[in-house]
Amino acid sequence: MDLALSHVSHRYNGVEVLRDISIEAPSGRIVCLVGPSGCGKSTLLRFLGGLERPDEGEALMAGDPPPGCLNPLTYIFQDFALLPWRSARGNVSLALEDHRLSRREREEIVADVLARTGLSDFADALPRQLSGGMKQRVAIARALAVRPACLLMDEPLSALDSQTRELLLDDLQGLWERERFGAVYVTHNLAEAVRLGHHVVVLSRRPGRVREVVEIDMPLSERKARAPELEAHQQRLWELMREEAMAADQEIADV
Amino acid sequence: MSDATIPHAGAAGAAPAGASPSRIRPVPFRGGGFRPMPRRWVGPVVFAVLIAVWEVGSRFGWISPIVLPAPSEALEAFANLARSGQLALHLQASLSRLVQGWIFGTLLGVAFGFAAGLFSLARAGIVPLVAAFFPIPKIALLPLFIIWFGIGEESKVATILFGTFFPTVIAVYGGVDGVDRGLVRMGQSFGLSRWSIIRKIVLPGAMPAILSGFRISASIAIILLVAAEMIGAEYGIGAYVLLAGNLMATDQLVAGVAMLSILGLTVSWLIGRLEKRVLRWR
Repeated sequence: MDLALSHVSHRYNGVEVLRDISIEAPSGRIVCLVGPSGCGKSTLLRFLGGLERPDEGEALMAGDPPPGCLNPLTYIFQDFALLPWRSARGNVSLALEDHRLSRREREEIVADVLARTGLSDFADALPRQLSGGMKQRVAIARALAVRPACLLMDEPLSALDSQTRELLLDDLQGLWERERFGAVYVTHNLAEAVRLGHHVVVLSRRPGRVREVVEIDMPLSERKARAPELEAHQQRLWELMREEAMAADQEIADV
Repeated sequence: MSDATIPHAGAAGAAPAGASPSRIRPVPFRGGGFRPMPRRWVGPVVFAVLIAVWEVGSRFGWISPIVLPAPSEALEAFANLARSGQLALHLQASLSRLVQGWIFGTLLGVAFGFAAGLFSLARAGIVPLVAAFFPIPKIALLPLFIIWFGIGEESKVATILFGTFFPTVIAVYGGVDGVDRGLVRMGQSFGLSRWSIIRKIVLPGAMPAILSGFRISASIAIILLVAAEMIGAEYGIGAYVLLAGNLMATDQLVAGVAMLSILGLTVSWLIGRLEKRVLRWR
C-alpha cells in the first residue's frame, strides 16, 4: 500500500508552518523526513496517519493493505505512549481488543510479537519498571501486532540515550529485513536517516517546504559495515540542512 | 593578574589552585532536605502524648471539668451509650445517611464530571453551574430541602448528596482534562472505538484525580451529615452531639466528637486502601 501527501499546506493560529508539500511513501520502503526543529515534520506524520487534517491538500493512500492487516497506518511515538497501568502484554493487547479476534488468537499474536522484539521475559512488567529502550520495544511490538502496511515513526529513538539508540537501530533494521514494511520515519538525527532511509526528504525551516529528496540505494543490511560511504550522504544532508538549522535556531519562537 | 599571585597547583598537591595547603577542607554539603519521609510511629505517639497530658491535667485539677472533661470521663460516657444500646441506633442512622448521600452524590458527580470532561456542550453547560453552586454552603439550603423533601431522611440525604456532587464534578472533569492527550491520540491511531478510549484510557488516567476528589467529598459529607442531623433528627451522631451540648453534658459531647473523628479516619483509611489497590501501577 502506497501513501502520499499531495500539495499540503497548513497554518497554526495564522502562522504558516507547511507550504505545498508533496511526498510519496511507496510500500516496502522507508522514507525519512529530516529538517530543522519546528519545520512541521511531526505534523506531516499526523496528516499521513489521519490524526489531523491539513488546511489545504490531502493525504492519499493507494492499493489495498496486505491480507490480515488490522491497522494499516500505525504509529510509533517518541514518548512511547504506553498505558502506565498496563503491563507490556496488556499494552500490546490493547491494540487488538477492538478487533474480532478470539482470546486465543489474541494471546498468540501478543506472545509472538513480544518474542520477536525480545520481550518475552518482560511480558508482565509495568512500563515504570522498564528502561526507555524496553518501553520503545513494547511500543514496536504493539505496532507489529496489528500487522501494519505502513509504520509512521515520530522520532522513535529521540528519547533514548545514544547506546540504546544504536541497539534499537539494529533492531529496526533487522525487523525491516524480515517484514519489509513501508515506513515514514521522522527524525532530526541524520545518522538515523542514512542508516534506515531509502529516501531522505529534507525539509526547509518554517514554513516547511521540500528542499530536496536524497535517494540512498545501498541495501539496509550493508549500511552498518559501509559506514564511511554513508558518511558522504550524511555530510551532504548536513550541508543541505545547515543553513536552515542555523536560521531556525535564531528565530524567535512565537508559536 | 600577574604570575606572582597564582600559586602553582603542583605545590599544593591535589588542592585547587589558589588554596594554601593548610586550608584543604571538605566541600560544605548543601543538598538534601525538602523530602519528607514516612515516619509511621509519630502520628500515634502525638495522639497518645496529647491525651495523656490532657488526662493528667484533669486529674490534677489544672483543667477544670466544666471547661473540658477528662478523656476517661468521655470514655465513660461512650461506654454508657454503648451499654444503653443507643450507640447502634445513632451509628446506624448516621452511616445510612452518609452512605446513601455520598454514593448518590458521587455517582451523579462522576457522570456529570465525565460529561463535562468529554463533551464541549456539556462542559459549557455544567461548568458555570458548578461554579455558581459549589460555593453555596449546602447547610444554608437545608430549610429548602426540608420544604421539598420533608423533615425525614430525604432532606438529610439530599444535603449530603448536593454537598458531595459538586466537588466530585470538579475533581472528575479536572482528572479527565489531565489525561495525557498523547495516550488518547495513541488510542485513536490504533483505531480504538470512542467507548474503548473512554473506558481503557481516560477512566484509568483520570483515576488518581477522581480518588483524591473522593477524599474531599467524603470529608464534606461528614461535615454536612452532622449539620443536617442537628436539625430535626432523633438519632444520629449529630443529634447526639447537639443534645449533649444543650444539656451541657461535655463528656458526651467530647465522646460524640471523638466518634466523628474516628469516622473520618476510617473513611480516609478506606480510601487509602482503595488508592493502593487501584493505583498500584504508579
